[in-house]
Amino acid sequence: MAEIKKEHQLTVSVSPHVKSEETTSRIMWSVNLSLLPAALIGAYFFGPRAVFALTIAIITAVLCEHLYQRGMKSKITINDGSAFLTGLLVGLNLPPSVPFYIPVIGSFVAIVITKQLFGGLGFNVFNPAAAGRAFLLISFPKLMTIWKEPTAAFVQMDAKTTATPLGILKEEGIAKLMEVFGDKTNLYTELFMGHRAGSIGETSTLALLIGAAFLFYRGYISWHIPVSFMGTAAAMAWVFGGKGALFAGDPIIHLISGGMILGAFFMATDYVTCPSVKKGQLIFGAGCGFLTMLIRLKGGYPEGVMFAILIMNCFTPIIDRGFKTKVFGFKKPDSKETKK
Amino acid sequence: MALATFKGGIHPPDKKELSKDKPISIVRPPKKVVIPLVQHIGAPCKLSVSIGQEVKKGDVIGASEGFVSAPVHASVSGKVVAIGEFPNAMGRMVISVVIENDGKEEWTTLKDNPDYMNLSPENLKEKIRDAGIVGMGGAAFPTHVKLSPPKEKPVDIVILNGAECEPYLTADYRLMIERPEEVVEGLKILMKVLGVSKGFIGIENNKPDAIEAMKKAVSKESNIQANIQIYPLEVKYPQGAEKMLIKAAAGREVPPRGLPMDVGVVVQNIGTAIAVYEAVRYGKPLIERIVTVTGEGIKNPKNLLVKIGTFVTDLIEECGGFTSEIAKVISGGPMMGFSLYSLDVPVTKGTSGILVLPEEGVVHAEDFGPCIRCGRCIDICPMGLMPSMLSVLSEKGFYEETKDYNLFDCFECGSCTYICPSRRPIVQLIRLAKSLVKP
Ligand code: SF4
Ligand code: SF4
Repeated sequence: MAEIKKEHQLTVSVSPHVKSEETTSRIMWSVNLSLLPAALIGAYFFGPRAVFALTIAIITAVLCEHLYQRGMKSKITINDGSAFLTGLLVGLNLPPSVPFYIPVIGSFVAIVITKQLFGGLGFNVFNPAAAGRAFLLISFPKLMTIWKEPTAAFVQMDAKTTATPLGILKEEGIAKLMEVFGDKTNLYTELFMGHRAGSIGETSTLALLIGAAFLFYRGYISWHIPVSFMGTAAAMAWVFGGKGALFAGDPIIHLISGGMILGAFFMATDYVTCPSVKKGQLIFGAGCGFLTMLIRLKGGYPEGVMFAILIMNCFTPIIDRGFKTKVFGFKKPDSKETKK
Repeated sequence: MALATFKGGIHPPDKKELSKDKPISIVRPPKKVVIPLVQHIGAPCKLSVSIGQEVKKGDVIGASEGFVSAPVHASVSGKVVAIGEFPNAMGRMVISVVIENDGKEEWTTLKDNPDYMNLSPENLKEKIRDAGIVGMGGAAFPTHVKLSPPKEKPVDIVILNGAECEPYLTADYRLMIERPEEVVEGLKILMKVLGVSKGFIGIENNKPDAIEAMKKAVSKESNIQANIQIYPLEVKYPQGAEKMLIKAAAGREVPPRGLPMDVGVVVQNIGTAIAVYEAVRYGKPLIERIVTVTGEGIKNPKNLLVKIGTFVTDLIEECGGFTSEIAKVISGGPMMGFSLYSLDVPVTKGTSGILVLPEEGVVHAEDFGPCIRCGRCIDICPMGLMPSMLSVLSEKGFYEETKDYNLFDCFECGSCTYICPSRRPIVQLIRLAKSLVKP
């Protein structure tokens, strides 16, 4: 008997003794993977400059995280994929032909200011990539609004500049948009496929939806935020989006243009900065949708997704507190009793 | 029809295939047994033998003192060779009786009751208490106490827990396949003691043959009027937790910090039902139980009939020893069982399984990450708690604040820790908070 014991050093630890395979880094790298179609389409339409911007953004993000953690003598966690993801998202949110320091600044703001100074992964209040983009938009309003025409010609370095569909819609109205794209079907198709001016990763609805479908399939995101976000936005676009009359807007244009898809599926759903109870997520999503449309229709910018997400990020702690889960067996009337 | 179930829960790999098709076999009689005098929740027993004394199987060696207690009996015939403090499976020193087995397997005089169904409820309960029966699913709460609800809490349903939702374990499954009639008889006795007319047996749907066997047993002529129903349950951990089982089978929610009897239900384990039957029908005290010895680290996983007091080492030997360098031996299932410090500890009434994990199967207490607020633990907590908040508050030392998040409603099922992608030791942090604040 005694021999068995001596031979084997037993590990003693507390239950549970088994764990699921899921890890933070597996989730993060999967999200990175899910953004690959969008990145590729961006590269296809906008050429080497887009690839350049993406690369710089990612490298800066990872490097910033590494240096910061080394400086702080904390554990270096760049392998978990979250800094890579932030960099990728910063890049995808940039106009295609920005000078190199734009992605550098964007990723720095995202990683160092927005994420690490708040305590690192899990503790940041604002979505890092959204904060990065917002900072750039405010600090470099010109550079951040030079939109290149999608050429789909990899060699042609200098495409014409143009306006984004949302920009046209805002400044000149739906009639002009029709003029540019021909007819409605063509407009929808171009927006859906991604053949339009815009940020590197936001133009192709199709590519983004492929990535989103993958995330749904893996259970990494749930429907709550995307549906409440886009549902609210669509309703507002329909009711208030028309010129002159109520209920005359075109919700589809609003859903598939600008950063709506990228924002609703990939950024508002960021675990850290959205509420973690499902009911709260519905409120959060609805708030994002509402604010996005408010900015798009009444605000000074043609696009409002990033600002909407950032504003709702502020409410996340409150929403989380207000929408606690229902404890099993808990009945309303004795709420006092259970509190004790 | 949608299967009966509860909200939340997880789906760990069930690994039951290792041992599910192994019929119950009897362990070679051990040379000696070490029988702890505390094997249940409640007051310890009073020693009633002395060194050198000859005992027979079924002799009382520890008499119960107080209501919440259960007597302990000799599981072999032979001589008491030592009485003293020995480590139990938890690593605690407890007063135990060591009996050297003379191999004669002699029983003390047992009182047979062929006509047991005509005994009075009081009489039946007394037999259950005298037999030292406790909940055999692991908690080891004295059964007769559960069968004595106070007057103001009328009970109308008895549920037998055939869910066996812990991965790996197959002891209850084998009992349902091999001895379904006895399970039903046990249930009928329990119903009679409590004076209830409804008996449910909840079985997870991944055990169709057990469901079949039990259905067949209840449909026997003599059982038809007993009003017993079999409930196939969705396969999900922790389907077998009392509150979840009651929700699934009876549709009732036990209030926070309440007991099953608050909603008129008493839950008993499959093994307990058989022990009750044996106690009442043959007068047999609880001196042996079924233990699943399994895991990737054991050569021949088996379901064993084991005498209480047998050493874990003997069971390992019986199953052909370890396959390779083993890392962890667990008493109970992988979700709620506890790991052993030593293998020279005895099987007790609450030991449902011995699980041997090789090095590859062990999750070491590596450094864990921060909570990424993914919400997985919140979605799956069967109690509807927010384990993420509990773990973060406890980690930061805000122990009092954990009460705002219903700390004491957590029954430590481990689902949250299982699911957490950041590998946070949530249950551990919850236990820490529980130990530091008053309810
Ligand atoms: S261990 Fe507690 S908090 Fe975690 S899932 Fe189970 S009941 Fe919920
Ligand atoms: S599962 Fe882990 S990481 Fe996710 S919310 Fe719960 S504690 Fe946080």
